[in-house]
Amino acid sequence: MSYLSVNKSKAIKRNRVNDSFFIGYDWVLITSALLLSVIGAALVYSASNQRLQDAGLPSDFYLQRHIFNLILGLILGLIVSRFSFRTARAYAIVIYAFAVIGLLLVLIPGVGKSQGGAQAWLAFPGGFTFQPSEFTKVALITLLAMVLTEKRDSELVPHDKDVLLGLSLAGIPALLVLLQNDFGTVMIIGATLLMVLVASGTKLRWVFGSLFAVLFAGYIASQLNFIKDYQLKRLATFVDPTLDPLGAGYNTLQAKIAIGSGGWFGQGYLNGPQTQGKYVPAQRTDFIFTVAGEELGFFGATLVILLIGLILYRLSKIALKAPDRFGRLTAVGVAGWFAIQSFENIGMNLGIMPVTGVPLPFVSYGGSSMFVSWMAIGLAVAIGREIDDRVTPIIR
Amino acid sequence: MQDKTHIRLRILRAVLLSLMFTLVGRLFYIQITSGEDFQQASQRNAFREVFTPSVRGLILDQVGRPVVANKSTVVISVNTRILESFEDKGASVISKLSSVLNLPENEIKDRLTPCGTKGAKKPPICWSGSLFQPIPIAQDVDNKIALQIMEQRSDFPGVTAELNALRQIPRPFDVNMAHIIGYVGPVTDKEIDKQKKEGISSQDFALQNNDKIGRSGVERFYDAWLRGKPGVTVLAVDKASNIKGVVKEIDPDPGKYVVLNIDAKLQSLVEEQLAAAIERARAKNYVGESGAAVVVDVTNGHVLAMATYPSYDPRIWLGGITSEQFQALSDPKSGVPLISRATQGLFAPASIFKVISTAAAAENGFDLNDIYQCPPQMEIGNRVFRNYESIGFGAITMQRALEVSCDTVYYDIANKLWLRDGGLNPVDNPKDALEKMSFAFGLGSKSGIDLPEDNKGRVGGRIFKKEFWEKNHEVWCERAEKGYPEVAEKDPERARMLQKFAVENCTEGMRFRAGDAVNTSIGQGDTVVTPLQMAMVYAAIANGGTVYEPRVVKAIMNPDGTIAQQINSKVKSKLPISEETLKYIQKSLVGVTISGTGAPPFIGFPLSRIPVATKTGTGEVLGKQSTSWFASYAPADNPKYAVVMMVAQGGTGSGTSAPSVRRIYEEIFGVRGNTIDPDSSILFGGSPNNSLPKIRLDGLPNYPEIDELLNPSPSPSISDLSITKASS
Repeated sequence: MSYLSVNKSKAIKRNRVNDSFFIGYDWVLITSALLLSVIGAALVYSASNQRLQDAGLPSDFYLQRHIFNLILGLILGLIVSRFSFRTARAYAIVIYAFAVIGLLLVLIPGVGKSQGGAQAWLAFPGGFTFQPSEFTKVALITLLAMVLTEKRDSELVPHDKDVLLGLSLAGIPALLVLLQNDFGTVMIIGATLLMVLVASGTKLRWVFGSLFAVLFAGYIASQLNFIKDYQLKRLATFVDPTLDPLGAGYNTLQAKIAIGSGGWFGQGYLNGPQTQGKYVPAQRTDFIFTVAGEELGFFGATLVILLIGLILYRLSKIALKAPDRFGRLTAVGVAGWFAIQSFENIGMNLGIMPVTGVPLPFVSYGGSSMFVSWMAIGLAVAIGREIDDRVTPIIR
Repeated sequence: MQDKTHIRLRILRAVLLSLMFTLVGRLFYIQITSGEDFQQASQRNAFREVFTPSVRGLILDQVGRPVVANKSTVVISVNTRILESFEDKGASVISKLSSVLNLPENEIKDRLTPCGTKGAKKPPICWSGSLFQPIPIAQDVDNKIALQIMEQRSDFPGVTAELNALRQIPRPFDVNMAHIIGYVGPVTDKEIDKQKKEGISSQDFALQNNDKIGRSGVERFYDAWLRGKPGVTVLAVDKASNIKGVVKEIDPDPGKYVVLNIDAKLQSLVEEQLAAAIERARAKNYVGESGAAVVVDVTNGHVLAMATYPSYDPRIWLGGITSEQFQALSDPKSGVPLISRATQGLFAPASIFKVISTAAAAENGFDLNDIYQCPPQMEIGNRVFRNYESIGFGAITMQRALEVSCDTVYYDIANKLWLRDGGLNPVDNPKDALEKMSFAFGLGSKSGIDLPEDNKGRVGGRIFKKEFWEKNHEVWCERAEKGYPEVAEKDPERARMLQKFAVENCTEGMRFRAGDAVNTSIGQGDTVVTPLQMAMVYAAIANGGTVYEPRVVKAIMNPDGTIAQQINSKVKSKLPISEETLKYIQKSLVGVTISGTGAPPFIGFPLSRIPVATKTGTGEVLGKQSTSWFASYAPADNPKYAVVMMVAQGGTGSGTSAPSVRRIYEEIFGVRGNTIDPDSSILFGGSPNNSLPKIRLDGLPNYPEIDELLNPSPSPSISDLSITKASS
């Protein structure tokens, strides 16, 4: 294959340019994610400066914290990338256990912190909070990748028994997240795991069976009014107290108006009437994309999507060439997670997906999402680091 | 099998990347394809405005008596958006309301139907306001019924009972004032469209679909002050019009209080005395068709009272006037009560005009100390002009000519002035002394009163003739040529006469002839005036030569009692006459009351202590009975009030109008028989009140009779003075 030779020369080039510490690092992937995070910082500032000023706070409060989160995320990602990805496989159960414990702790009154109506945060000294449900995404990807490939390197498809085990183990944290009323995260976890399942090469009946299960669970959840209840509470925390949101339709309409008025080139940074007029609720987190749409226009917003697309492309490339099946499924899981979450987030901004409280990876304000996203990048880089471009990957 | 997972991976990658392309496609659709729609939506679709009407301001008389007030009433409103969420579309609620309110179900439904939808009744029955607004279905509801609805909230979802301000006209002392107050009417679509075209956004400006705006009188002239600014609640709504939140809430800004110069008690008396004059005329077999009376403060042009006959009950507008009622108001058979005779009615001023003729003569070479001939008749041109009742007075002074109202003296003067201007072949730049003096006294132009109804009248003379001919000669000359074929069919004789007039007008119509000049000098002919204009003429003579613009409003006040705007007097013109001339006219007018035509009605009046300057007038109207005029001011030695009364088809000035004017002076000065008791003056404190009424903490004005209101006495005249403050 021709791309092999190209990559080969690139690999050699990388060897020359970078010192040995960074051998095999996927700089396209890292740069894309870094660029997204920086754009995110600019958008967070635009979305928050007016609200902060109105509240009498320094207008760069959230900008500073976003940059702090980014730096911490980069460090965490770097640390993860230094380990072999096989370490993740070895500790998959431990990581999983941490996630489940975190999710349980959140539900304990006094330990878990309720923020915006959802009991989803763990409070740490110094005013820092952490959202175990974000961490759960990575934990479940590595767990499922591990279970579906455990000790079966000689076999190409996982046993039914393994699939059943993996799905059952995944079901526990999913249920716990659902108890937090975080329906959006549950759907993203479900869709991500579905992709891992598809990539594992399992029988299609498992794929469609679990697809049906996810859809059914979604239907039940919506019937139980999880969505509406959650959003009502969450939306009540607008910075702007004159806004008294009563439902999700308001968000959607405001978001669409903001984006729609952007045109080709946008209204100009810090110049969007909807954004600076504080019309769009939850704008620095869930509706951050509206800032790009309104102020940076079609070109700016498309750049954000293309950067995500580039990340997905690089991750899928890592998956295709991963040195073993665990690495492949993990890379698929990370790509699937970023893709689904980005699609859901931007999709709800554009009015084609229901409104749920999920952040846009790297771009939205929020520490947990930033940390976990960068840890996942670190994991993917670690996998990519061990690709030997000179040989055709043999995956068993 | 190696390929199986690889293919799956490639498919997965394609799916993931296609998700991103889907987003780009959707982004393109929103931003580029339908971007403009969303840009407009950012103004329109996302928000709905619900307006809370501001309470219209009160109108107070000069001491604070509420002339137009607001009454707290219970209004039952229905929120149709709530009703529509029920399976039966609220039918059961409407049926329950129907029985409680004792209103037919259909009527409730009609009121809830938005105008322009299928089956909607015409405005104002249908609902022309915002659908987000609760729709009022019953006003002035009994408190017990309102309580019943409020207590059974669950039975009446979407139904609210609220206190609402209803316009009320208390009519203290049974005062009428219909033409001063004016009325409000619903705003028209045209006005709202015009407002939109002028670029006033609905949030900034007051006019809304269901608003009422002043249509005449003070209600119209001071509409912007009275109306206030409505409150607005900006609701965020989604595409399906579901309310999603409150974006902005601005409280209504209540309307300001308008404080009049009119004194309700005096106004009531003047109205009563005008009616008495009409009765007096009718008792003498005159038609007594219409009339007007004006009392002004000569020192500043404040209108203290202004009455018109016929009038109508101003309350007729409150509940929404019916078309029958409105027709009656403009029906000539009932005398068109809608017209304010005082400010809009045009009448020949007759002899009360002679003060202007005297001034014109004195300023144009006629010596006031000369003796003038007053023959019973005089031949000018080829016509004989007679004195009133063809009486002659021989050689008399100018003062005597005014006292006895000798016409022939003025005929002679007018003829001489006309000849001096060149007669039928006028010199270049003729002086036109009479015409120009009339203009200087404020005739032929709007009085400048702060009411929308203000007729300028006209001044007969060369200038008018020329203008009139220029405007009409084309029609006249065409008729002169073609005749009146449509009239000839029925009445050839009349057609021939009309054509003769047309020929004359076409060829001669621009000519100002001696006869025209002569007629003008005694206030007949082409000159027509409003009673208000004549009141300002006599006020100017009284105050030393200043023609003021009349003012019915003294000040605008905030509901908290502070002043918002003082309405200042404005000088319209200064009389171009010498001090000497003015003094002479003043002296003459006092003589009229002592030994002239104005004397009989003032027999027994303490003229030595309160000298009154008067002038009578008896106007001749072709084909109608004479117009009774009586113009006056007092006290003549220190003038304060000018009173002018007019009764059309009412007989003589002294016989019909003068006795009523005398009564008005008696009440103003507190004349009781032969004694004068200033404390019994009809004016509170004995003179016009130049200060502002006190507004109490509750927003209600304090006024002299308020104690009687709080401790009800048998006096029924102020029993219905219950009012509510205009502040919300």
